[in-house]
Amino acid sequence: MRPGNLEGLIATDQESAPKTDKDLPFARQVLADVMDPEVPAVSVVDLGIVRDIGWQDGHIRVLITPTYSGCPATEAIEEAIRDALIAAGFVQAEVIQRLDPAWTTDWITDEGREKLRAYGISPPSGSASKRSLTSEPPVVLCPICNSDHTERVSEFGSTACKALYRCCDCLEPFDYFKCI
Amino acid sequence: MQKYDDLTEFVLRMGDSALIQAQRLCEWTGKAPALEEELALMNVGLDLVGQARNWLDYAAELIGDGTDADALAYRRDERNYRNVLMVEQPNGDFAVTMLKQFLYDVWQFHMLSKLRESKDDRVAAIATKSLKEVTYHLRRSSDWIKRLGDGTEESHQRMVKAIDDVWRFTYDFLQLTEQENALIDSQVIGDVRDVAAQWQTKVNAVFVASTLTVPKPAEPFYLNSREGVHSECLGALLAEMQYLQRAHPNASW
Repeated sequence: MRPGNLEGLIATDQESAPKTDKDLPFARQVLADVMDPEVPAVSVVDLGIVRDIGWQDGHIRVLITPTYSGCPATEAIEEAIRDALIAAGFVQAEVIQRLDPAWTTDWITDEGREKLRAYGISPPSGSASKRSLTSEPPVVLCPICNSDHTERVSEFGSTACKALYRCCDCLEPFDYFKCI
Repeated sequence: MQKYDDLTEFVLRMGDSALIQAQRLCEWTGKAPALEEELALMNVGLDLVGQARNWLDYAAELIGDGTDADALAYRRDERNYRNVLMVEQPNGDFAVTMLKQFLYDVWQFHMLSKLRESKDDRVAAIATKSLKEVTYHLRRSSDWIKRLGDGTEESHQRMVKAIDDVWRFTYDFLQLTEQENALIDSQVIGDVRDVAAQWQTKVNAVFVASTLTVPKPAEPFYLNSREGVHSECLGALLAEMQYLQRAHPNASW
């Protein structure tokens, strides 16, 4: 390992002091590196799971919302957020789940969409608020060759949030992040 | 049989129905007709387990005696379950499974749409969240009814037989109790009085498009899910689902 890489692993005075409400912007940076356990290309911030970062009763409090009611990653995400904040110097971190307002793929950031595409997952097409699920099928672009000549193989994929598609041009099968 | 207040009874009905439907879907693990279908059945089941947990968490808070969602799921006998009769029926073949799913999805879709307008914030929040998932479930199950009903001679016959087998339980979707009407009058829950008519309209439309005959509305008989009087298959289902927590209370991993 080059010596340069040790920077950041060695605690400085600033890092060892307990974090306070002044450090909430820093907390956001910390969470931007907490990856979704099932789609490790994107962070919990990219996905819009983190709804609010605040300070209450002398500790940091993060509001999160589950993507799907049955998402088995929700508890792992809660734990990962708590661990990351404590490792970053927050003495106590509270993570609270909120159902309302319900999560929508519209909250996935532009950066998150780009990361999904680079990872081989086609990001949600269009806006959930403008298009009902029961209306016309979405135009899904192949994340490899960008063709819109694609077809759905299965309504569901490896996780609840994805469907299976295939590109009719480059023939590559891929996951599509469903728009909800 | 344990009776709770009106809202708790209603919340248990929504949660228990989702839980039992999910448990039936799990029985397909490893034996669905195609890999994609297995993924779909399990994902729908997973959504429903999540919805059940949201409802049962709330029910446990309303009961307020220290119980929790796990205890409600794993320690109640069938007489204390409030699920609609349809979801506890055996899976049968793929036609029966998809028909049960479809009839339940239509009910869920219209119930949840109205429940979003509940004055009770928690009911409204769970309904809003669940509806996004159920919209997707309903689209898929409607497609299957059409593919099977208007498919081959054999798939059509299997759908006809499936309807014969389970239609008689559908009255349970269509009735409201005095207690539920009271919840509607006080606006605690949204006005779900139209759900029976909406259910019938949607089922008719999909059956017609699937070349399937719509049977006469089912007449109530002695089974009464609100009073815990279920078909006998629920007991066997719970025996399997609850085995671990009954044999090793509070086991976790």
